[in-house]
Amino acid sequence: MASPGRRDAPEPPDFAVLKRLARDQLVYLLEQLPGRKDLFIDADLMSPLDRIANVSLLKQHEVDKLYKVENKPVVSTSDQLCFLVRPRIRNVKYVADVVHADKAAGRSRKYKIIFSPQKFYVCEMVLEEEGIYGDVTCDEWSFYLLPLDDDLISMELPEFFRDYFLEGDHRWINTVARALQLLSSLYGPFAKTYGIGRCAKMAYELWRELEEEVEGDSQARRPEIGHIFFVDRDMDYVTALCSQVVYEGLVDDTFRIKCGSVDFGPDITSGDRSIKLLLNAQDKVFAEIRNEHFTNVFGFLSQKARNLQAQYDRRRGMDIKQMKNFVSQELKGLKQEHRLLSLHIGACESIMKKKTKQDFQELIKTEHSLLEGFDIRESASFIEEHIDRQVSPIESLRLMCLLSITENGLIPKDYRSLKTQYLQSYGPEHLLTFHNLKRIGLLTEQSPGETFTAVESKVSRLVTDRAAGKLTDAFNSLARKSNFRGISKKLGLIPRVDGEYNLKMPRDMAYVFSGAYVPLSCKIIEQVLERRSWLGLEEVVRLLNGNEFAVTDPAVEDNPTWESQRVILVVFLGGCTFSEISALRFLGKEKVAETVPDCPLARGEAKDPALPPSD
Amino acid sequence: MSRARADEDEYWHSSKCRAFTFDDDDDELCQLKESKRAVNSLRDIVDDDDDLERVSWSGEPVGSISWSIKETASSSVSPPEGSLQKGSSSYAALPKQASSYSLSSFFKGRNKLGSFQSLSDALSDAGVKSYAPELRRPKADYKDYSSDWSPKDTVRRMQRGKVCSLERFRSLQEKLMLLDEAVAVHDGNVITAVLIFLKRTLKKEILFRELEVRQVALRHLIHFLRESEEQKLLLDLFRFLDRTEEVALSQYREHLNIQDADKRKEFLKGCIGLPFSAEDAAHVQDHYTLLERQIIIEGTFSSPTNLKKTFKIPDKQYVLTALAARAKLRAWHDVDALFTTKNWLGYTKKRAPIGFHRVVEVLQRNNAPVQVVQEYVRLVEDVDTRLNLATKYKCHDVVIDTYRDLKDRIQLLAYRCKVERGSSEEDKIDSILSNSQIRWKN
Repeated sequence: MASPGRRDAPEPPDFAVLKRLARDQLVYLLEQLPGRKDLFIDADLMSPLDRIANVSLLKQHEVDKLYKVENKPVVSTSDQLCFLVRPRIRNVKYVADVVHADKAAGRSRKYKIIFSPQKFYVCEMVLEEEGIYGDVTCDEWSFYLLPLDDDLISMELPEFFRDYFLEGDHRWINTVARALQLLSSLYGPFAKTYGIGRCAKMAYELWRELEEEVEGDSQARRPEIGHIFFVDRDMDYVTALCSQVVYEGLVDDTFRIKCGSVDFGPDITSGDRSIKLLLNAQDKVFAEIRNEHFTNVFGFLSQKARNLQAQYDRRRGMDIKQMKNFVSQELKGLKQEHRLLSLHIGACESIMKKKTKQDFQELIKTEHSLLEGFDIRESASFIEEHIDRQVSPIESLRLMCLLSITENGLIPKDYRSLKTQYLQSYGPEHLLTFHNLKRIGLLTEQSPGETFTAVESKVSRLVTDRAAGKLTDAFNSLARKSNFRGISKKLGLIPRVDGEYNLKMPRDMAYVFSGAYVPLSCKIIEQVLERRSWLGLEEVVRLLNGNEFAVTDPAVEDNPTWESQRVILVVFLGGCTFSEISALRFLGKEKVAETVPDCPLARGEAKDPALPPSD
Repeated sequence: MSRARADEDEYWHSSKCRAFTFDDDDDELCQLKESKRAVNSLRDIVDDDDDLERVSWSGEPVGSISWSIKETASSSVSPPEGSLQKGSSSYAALPKQASSYSLSSFFKGRNKLGSFQSLSDALSDAGVKSYAPELRRPKADYKDYSSDWSPKDTVRRMQRGKVCSLERFRSLQEKLMLLDEAVAVHDGNVITAVLIFLKRTLKKEILFRELEVRQVALRHLIHFLRESEEQKLLLDLFRFLDRTEEVALSQYREHLNIQDADKRKEFLKGCIGLPFSAEDAAHVQDHYTLLERQIIIEGTFSSPTNLKKTFKIPDKQYVLTALAARAKLRAWHDVDALFTTKNWLGYTKKRAPIGFHRVVEVLQRNNAPVQVVQEYVRLVEDVDTRLNLATKYKCHDVVIDTYRDLKDRIQLLAYRCKVERGSSEEDKIDSILSNSQIRWKN
């Protein structure tokens, strides 16, 4: 539903190259183990692998049978076993068990582990400890980035969020840097790099270091991506905690979009089986509704259904020749459209039913109150009731976290009582979940007597004072305060509107949350790109606890007339939501000239940073 | 924190960001249903199956890897015995697509040689080296065990994935330089590798002491110990750091791995004395008591009111849970009892701490009969909500009575068109309308 007057977003570069690269390297690796072999695949790698290869490609390279890596005895009869896994200790232990079992049975085979996207030292340590170092060969499949759509790339590393933000493990920073190096060798060099957050800064530094080593003739090329923007997920948890109301976001919240595709069950396909549907720009129906507010979707679908009907009806008055033309040229397209249309209508229906049952309207109302800071007591009691009704363990937590982040922590009385009721509703073992959420700063308790006062802003000023040097632990935890209200006020995240917000012709990115809130992450990106620096945003940066940077590459000509300079790569470290993607797409169309970000995103994680599970 | 009440009301009524309604009888759903009918009516023209991608019963496209793995799994359930499988058993799992097989053998040679060529075609010139990964390392890399790399160079080499011996870093100072260097380059993989070396070559007290002032490295060690399940050392570390709560939680976490109910209960009993925060200690105690109850299941101990008392369950939570449970069993009398209170004079009154609209919602979800639902709709205090619910669930009596009480003749007339002709509801409306005692407001 492109509206007149909007300028189109620039064409993103061709990311399909990334797929070809990964596929070719996989083939190469498989051929390193000549002869027939069985392939064991990590469950987490299956969907990404499906996007770049298929069974017949594997067969061409003498892969015999395929197995999932799981805790079951291996039944393979092949003489060569190949394991394609993420570099995790338990995966290597799985291989070790296989090797030990074979040894005990007096059986000898060849084993090869292919780690993707890279091998960690820990993995080899396990091989050594298990006494099978040398029995097993190792390789790396540098499959860093999977293009999910014309304008979307993902690392498909859901564990990034947990490993970095909860455990404080820097293992994936190098992976991000290598992925950036790959992108820069294909589409760079980039004229300007911006970023905010600790992880962003570290990834940037590591990437620069890698670049310096291989600095070669790449500068001569004309870049296909202009700017790059790194954002840490913990700069903005609020956006990730809000219910999504653009179509793609709702589909994700309801059915979970995994690796760019979704499983629609029989109730939606109105058949007797489920269908896996790829959701991307190739789906013409989806392409037109994905970024729309849900209320606009029905009108669109019914219009589409009517058009389709009319096109089919045309065939009534046709003679043989016209009919022949119709069948050979149009029918296939119409059938495809028909199929997609009926799936999306089915999905809408199912979303409606589910949301009606869950009091969605009241939920949204509560979220909006929390964002604005109204009616906190009422919201707290809504959350309490939500927990008691056992609507959904994840949703209840999400609401509690939103309350905590927007209010700089729960008051102790609320914290205790909500936690107790949560444990009673959803299971006592969740006290581990609460502990994790506290560590990560998503769900905290205000220290007694403390409110958001002058004392605190004084402390946070102290903390961000660079001269103060190293942060102590205590300050660190204080510094994690979200300061959401202050930031929201400074950046105008809650639009003040007279009358009704026009969701059909939105004025700003707030439309992705029904006009109630502009996603913080996207607002920062917009502001910095508009200014081409962080100047004037000092107060916001201070409230976000710093770590911002903006670096110009003097070797690259920053020529705004180049179409490619309008393409901006936004890297979300720790994942992003479909609402943010929609907002950035909107930004890419709306703003003229210099600041038109396109939004290929490296996603570390899918949607829910809210929920490090309890184990 | 809160503004004037009037402000809020105005806010919600003006409601610029009107959350959309998800009510059943909404225009939007009608629209959707209509679209669905239109699309479905086309079904007979469109024989759905012919040229679509082939999909298996599980929904995976045939030929996809996920699908193929499921096939392997199901075929390995029934062991490939018998004559049929002999000789060709290895191919049983993969569907043989006759054409693709011959085609693939045709491509085989080319792919091996041409893969990177075709890529560089696509990529103009530009540093093939920079993205073509190091697939085979030259033998030379393995030879430099004896060379004299500085901590900095060593870390650098490790970052590139090269094998480096750390054995020659023997003094504490050198070891720590190595660690600090790894932290400085932000490479978690290398940090953990160095920590493994330090853990092996340093006494744990020394290692712990040094890590206490190196927070980043410390977190890496904790994560590593967790992942490699070295629980004992992890607990030692937490004790050394005086993080007693972590000690308790780490131990408590282990109960998740215990399958047997009795063992689990015993384990939790052992957790009770651990140094949790006061609040969590109570939760863990509750957790244990709960398991004990589940195992005993003895009438009196497990009565809902007894459980409510033992676990200090708040009123609201108790009522909602009990209501849902009784409604599911369609025990409407129990539902009744749940909300009925007697005062000292023996009069009964209905009271619901959760609001009667919630009660209605739960009853409705459990398909309670109209009479039961109606009784509770009538008790909803807020007039608008009551009317909404009554209309939605067709509790005509409640609607009619409410309009009568509101003295709203116009609405009552309008509602008359909605009830069935000649029904008792219609009669009732007529008799109210003709009642000259009522002073209509319109």
